[in-house]
Amino acid sequence: MEVLAYLIPISLLLGGIGLAAFIYTVRSNQYDDPEGDARRILSNQWDDKPKP
Amino acid sequence: MTAQMRPGTAACPGCIAAPAEPVRPVPQDVQIALSLPGIHCSACIATVERELNACPGVDSARVNLTLKRAMVQAGPEVRAADLIPVLERAGFEAHELDPGALSATQSDKAGRDLLMRLAVAGFASMNVMLLSVSVWSGASDATRDMFHWISAAIAFPAIAFSAQPFFVNAWSALRVRRLNMDVPIVLAILLALVTSLWETTLSGEHAYFDAALTLTFFLLAGRYLDYRTRAVARSAAEELAALEVPRAMRLVDGREEEVAVAALVVGDLIRVRPGGRMPVDGEIVMGRSELDRSLLTGETLPVFAEPGLAVSAGEVNLTGPLTIRATAVGQDTSLHRMADLVAIAESGRSRYTSLADSAAKLYAPGVHILSALSFLGWLLYSGDIRTALNIAAAVLIITCPCALGLAVPAVTTAASGRLFRKGMLIKHATALERLAEVDTVVFDKTGTLTAGTPELTNLGDHPRADLEIALALAEASSHPLSVSLTNAAREAGIRPAKVTDVVEVPGFGAEGQYRGQRVRLGRAAWTGAEQGRQTAAWLAIGDRAPAAFLFSDALRPGAAEAVTALRQAGKQVLLISGDTQAAVAELAARLGIEDWVAEALPQDKAARVQALTDAGRKVLMVGDGLNDTAALAAAHVSISPASALDAARVASDIVLLGTDLSPIADACDTAAKATRRIRENFQIATVYNVIAVPLAVAGLCSPLIAALAMSTSSITVSLNALRLR
Repeated sequence: MEVLAYLIPISLLLGGIGLAAFIYTVRSNQYDDPEGDARRILSNQWDDKPKP
Repeated sequence: MTAQMRPGTAACPGCIAAPAEPVRPVPQDVQIALSLPGIHCSACIATVERELNACPGVDSARVNLTLKRAMVQAGPEVRAADLIPVLERAGFEAHELDPGALSATQSDKAGRDLLMRLAVAGFASMNVMLLSVSVWSGASDATRDMFHWISAAIAFPAIAFSAQPFFVNAWSALRVRRLNMDVPIVLAILLALVTSLWETTLSGEHAYFDAALTLTFFLLAGRYLDYRTRAVARSAAEELAALEVPRAMRLVDGREEEVAVAALVVGDLIRVRPGGRMPVDGEIVMGRSELDRSLLTGETLPVFAEPGLAVSAGEVNLTGPLTIRATAVGQDTSLHRMADLVAIAESGRSRYTSLADSAAKLYAPGVHILSALSFLGWLLYSGDIRTALNIAAAVLIITCPCALGLAVPAVTTAASGRLFRKGMLIKHATALERLAEVDTVVFDKTGTLTAGTPELTNLGDHPRADLEIALALAEASSHPLSVSLTNAAREAGIRPAKVTDVVEVPGFGAEGQYRGQRVRLGRAAWTGAEQGRQTAAWLAIGDRAPAAFLFSDALRPGAAEAVTALRQAGKQVLLISGDTQAAVAELAARLGIEDWVAEALPQDKAARVQALTDAGRKVLMVGDGLNDTAALAAAHVSISPASALDAARVASDIVLLGTDLSPIADACDTAAKATRRIRENFQIATVYNVIAVPLAVAGLCSPLIAALAMSTSSITVSLNALRLR
């Protein structure tokens, strides 16, 4: 059962990373335009050089 | 972006070396919002952004495809009117939006807050649930205690953060000595936490940390759904309001300048172009034209306008440019005075108790009494306060209105989404429930059942030669009657005669020369005819007696279908209009409406609706004009088309986004179905309680049973709501 000492902190840490990532996306307005962002990624406009 | 200029008098030596510039006001960057209803793909986004960024003065432009909107940061010299033609050349329909009216949607802080709490509750409940599963499957002794302690360490901070909305609501209700749905919720959560912690310190077997967290998660999901539905409706309603950018042309020293309506003061001279709406109350000082007052009074006959005539905000100028002197602005205009009537009428509506509230009223005291009784009973029976408290907590968790909290929002979300796709915007939270009860429908005529555009009725009565002359004259004017005449004649294959020297005389009509004779098309008095009762334009050729072109208001698409469907559904349909007897009678006959009232003043309409309400009817009012506003607010539930005045849209619960009226009957149907689903959901929740509560009271309820009952009832309720989509 010693393995629990590693596994529980690891699972909490991984879950916590997911939670932090979600909170980051909410805070940086990434859900404001889900439809537009889904299309934008398919555009080849900035394929050759990054957007200035 | 404009850099802030450094003032010349700087304290540090390094700054003095920098080029000194005279202090001047920092030019404020303006934000322009454009509505782009036509965009739909990634190519559209790229084109619109490229076109906008290429415009001089534009700093940045970003398209939001979800909202079909573009936000432009630009220098102060750029105006929306300069950008719209650019987009139209690129093939996109664009309208200016008032960024001020949109500001609330920009900072959607409350929604984000709720989402964050939901995420934390979800994260914590999943982790604690994993630990609980291992306890249920047989962890014992020290392992079980450790799992419980870890669960406690996760549950306490998570609940302190994510259950805050419930704590706040429950406290505000308790402070005024009332009970709401949140009181049993908070009590259940807190009691579960406290007893579980106590049990854990005594290395007990049962801990309800998972239940407390799952409860919070499901309830927050319900709250978030509820919030989303209202936010979507609010943002769409705001967009409608923002489409009417309140600007006016003020005349200063003979020059026109564009200003916000709010900046106008009494005594200002304002130029109103043909097709424009009066921004304020005033008096005409220059120009001749005709005014369309239908939005204010319901009258379809345009009124002749000349210097000296008083005009009210909201009237539409039809033919010639007018200069008016403002006599009342802002809150004092007749448009705003109407708001008082609305306020009085609206006080009646707040009496409606939603289904959720009436359920809570029955539910909350029952839950508390049941839990208190089982606590007392077990205390007397076993004499052990620990057992009694444990059982009281189990009862509270089982009966907690988790499914009830989801029952209403899940259904309203599904129903509002379905109606939104059909072009209806549900603005008010309880509008659907009220719509389901409707048994009487009152329609306004002008602008609601009719499209507000005239239709020529007696084309066949005129000789071809007359029609050719009339067409030639009508083509020179943009008056609604002329436009309608032109369309009708063109469709009948008439070609315009060779009429020379055609001029439009604002306020009267069009005049020209045909084979040496003077020909006129216009108002009765100007052409030498008697004004009849119907909307008409008169054609005078030389000295011949003038001939009348009669018009009637075209029906709105779907009006006939809506009326028929409502009557078939067993609802009584009434027509109340401010228009003349003849016009209303004719329309009522055409639609088969037996009950109609003509020449009704705004107060009459509201009084009539009130009388119906007093007679025990549930009235649905459909109207668009300012004269309907009070009636809209007085009715049990109200609908207005998107073309309605801002005031009417604000007063109504539901807005029709398209021009078609036929979704109204369908909406009543959907509303009835939605209410049925809400009741079903309440029943489902009750059934779960009836099964699980005896177990809890008997002390047989383990945390596993509590978790199962709670999750299955919440999921069943959500699935039942989804059947509505």
